[in-house]
Amino acid sequence: MSCKCSQNSSDLTLLKETLDRYAAVPGSLITVLQKAQAIYGYLPADVLNHIAEQMSIPAAKVFGVATFYTQFRFKPVGKYLIMLCQGTACHVNGSLMLEKAIFDTLGIKDGETTEDGLFTLKNVACLGCCSLSPVMMINDETYGSLTPQKVRDILAHLKKDALKEAAEQ
Amino acid sequence: MISIKVGQGSCGISAGAAKVYTALEQQLKSNHDVQLSVTGCIGMCYLEPIVDIYSDGELIRLVRVKDTDAKAVADYISTGDNSFIENLIVSDEDKHFLDSQTRIALRGCGIINPNEIDDYIANGGYTALKKALIEMSPEGVIEEIKVAGLAGRGGAGFPTWFKWNAARSSQGEEKYLICNADEGDPGAFMDRAVIESNPHNLIEGMLIGAYAIGAKEAIVYVRAEYPLAIIRLERAIEQAKEKGIVGENIFGSDFSCSFRIKAGAGAFVCGEETALIESLEGSRGMPRLKPPFPAQSGYWHKPSNINNVETFANVSWIIENGGEEFAKLGTDDSKGTKVFAITGKIKRGGLVEIPMGKKLSDVIFDIGGGMKTGRDYKCVQLGGPSGGCIPADMQDTVIDYKKLSATGAIMGSGGMVVMDGSTCMVGMARFFLDFTAKESCGKCTHCRIGTKRLLEILNRICKGEGKEGDIELLEETCNEIKAGALCGLGQTAPNPVLTTIKYYRDEYEAHIKEKRCPAGECIDLVKYSINPEKCIGCSLCSKKCPVGAICGEIKKTFTIDSEKCIRCGQCMDACRFGAVEKR
Ligand SMILES: Cc1cc2nc3c(=O)[nH]c(=O)nc-3n(C[C@H](O)[C@H](O)[C@H](O)COP(=O)(O)O)c2cc1C
Ligand code: FES
Repeated sequence: MSCKCSQNSSDLTLLKETLDRYAAVPGSLITVLQKAQAIYGYLPADVLNHIAEQMSIPAAKVFGVATFYTQFRFKPVGKYLIMLCQGTACHVNGSLMLEKAIFDTLGIKDGETTEDGLFTLKNVACLGCCSLSPVMMINDETYGSLTPQKVRDILAHLKKDALKEAAEQ
Repeated sequence: MISIKVGQGSCGISAGAAKVYTALEQQLKSNHDVQLSVTGCIGMCYLEPIVDIYSDGELIRLVRVKDTDAKAVADYISTGDNSFIENLIVSDEDKHFLDSQTRIALRGCGIINPNEIDDYIANGGYTALKKALIEMSPEGVIEEIKVAGLAGRGGAGFPTWFKWNAARSSQGEEKYLICNADEGDPGAFMDRAVIESNPHNLIEGMLIGAYAIGAKEAIVYVRAEYPLAIIRLERAIEQAKEKGIVGENIFGSDFSCSFRIKAGAGAFVCGEETALIESLEGSRGMPRLKPPFPAQSGYWHKPSNINNVETFANVSWIIENGGEEFAKLGTDDSKGTKVFAITGKIKRGGLVEIPMGKKLSDVIFDIGGGMKTGRDYKCVQLGGPSGGCIPADMQDTVIDYKKLSATGAIMGSGGMVVMDGSTCMVGMARFFLDFTAKESCGKCTHCRIGTKRLLEILNRICKGEGKEGDIELLEETCNEIKAGALCGLGQTAPNPVLTTIKYYRDEYEAHIKEKRCPAGECIDLVKYSINPEKCIGCSLCSKKCPVGAICGEIKKTFTIDSEKCIRCGQCMDACRFGAVEKR
């Protein structure tokens, strides 16, 4: 089997500004990875290799660091990233029921993306809004005091928005 | 001049505070006698969104405000007629939630504008830093902290002066001061609230700390899940730089200090101080063996001091009011106040800062108002994945480091999750072990494999496949992990298991011997049935059942085939007569 790294072809020039600023600063690998993910939405293999080369860090270390932290993703995410809180307060107030409601509605589990590319589900531990538990965050918006029904409504609403947007284009 | 402040911490915003702000802006834009501004989180999270109206030094606090209430607020402002807003005014009961607190670390939160350094300064901000730099020696600062008896609020409760003194005495010119804002305990949000609501208080405390230990660089490590905290802190640092409060020769002294933020990337273990240092250096966050301690060899192997956000948030108050004033609060063992984030089944959930020495029941019942569910109070979980549960019959336990540790739980960083009878204690232990097993960094075997084995046993018990001897096996494994793990994560991971066995052994036994979950939470052990007295035979449940496990004839009692039932509970949600019962 040949190496698949060359198969994705990300536009590496997008990363130039970040690398110019940080490549030579010791200890800034995580910062560079965060900026790269903000640019590409995830961390494609060729981007990781490029970072390794430009920062003169072994590719194995770059992959090692990237896979250690839960923030980093190696697959593209959907238009809506659902971060479902599974922290203690949310657990006690029924977050598992929400996970089930999401699965029943969208057919995705933690880490999966819907086939239409609209939704990705990611379980996280505590969004810091525990007094509104159970909580989820979709893109930058936080939704609190949820019930399975509220979750179904929110998802339906977002889906309708996305379809409308697609139709307009 | 009337001033209106809308509380906009993360929880306020998700409850709709930003929309309320916009609506108020619309309604009040022509009224030039009103100044509308933003403040942080006052800690009454269960009442968000909160709008405070200050006129002639008097405060009217409105709670659970909706954007549609903006007109009523504007009408009140223009007429002065209370009846417009009567139903929004905070109740005496809810007022009591705040009035019974003593605020030091949280002072200013929900009162000042976190986006404006001038507001902080107008409220006495940065005078403590000035006093420290101009009137006090670094040793004098450390002595004051020693007199105060301030202990680390990040969990371990180690005396702060001792760490500062060790870092100060370490050889070397280059030293670092680091703030641990990783706040990993899922269910705790004290540090987020401090940063979002009063970022300059953190900066001031850190600068005083940096002066005391002789650091020229201060770094805040903030967890990635707190975007608003990062934005507010970034802005605060910029403003402090413009004023010359961060940078060269602060307040004309020869003390200079730079300041920056590092955003974490999501790993619980990075809250452990040596793992945090590894992460700051751009590596996998794996703990180092101690000693050497960070005070001797920390960031880039230079002397470093790491403290928690709340620890720093107390510092400027101590310098301003003196260590003795601080030490007057609390018990012989624990001085000052502690902030708790109370959540779970509690009626009034939010941030509570009280002097050490109060009882758990003071917080849960007097301040928190007891259960919101109407069920009986069962226990409180302190210290998250490193802590444990304290049962209802020990609610008079005094809040201080020693007394809490004696129960098997810990003070922790301040997470206080309150539970009622609907929470299964075996399930709770499993929940935490699932968390620690996932978050174990993998460096040492006891933690990596041990937490996995504990989780497997707990999974088995919750599924009804527990065996005779499982409890003893759990205890033995727990003790091995405690003794053998490299860092605090592994050493404390067994606590949730050990405390639940200690206080709720009967629940473990019910799962193992009777294949029964007393709380009715473990899905594999519950049984659904239909009460013939209540069922009217409408067939709604049978239509909802995804696996066709419910049958019957219209207008006659329906029945559930428990062989087919997957225990999803949809029938129970669907039934309008409460006829579906769970056991
Ligand atoms: C697994 C683990 C997680 C921790 N998480 C945190 C945290 O999120 N915040 C924190 O301040 N301290 C945390 N600590 C404690 C730190 O290691 C350290 O003791 C603390 O930051 C020191 O500050 P203090 O003396 O002001 O409490 C954690 C420790 C362990 C073992
Ligand atoms: S536990 Fe879910 S927001 Fe904290």
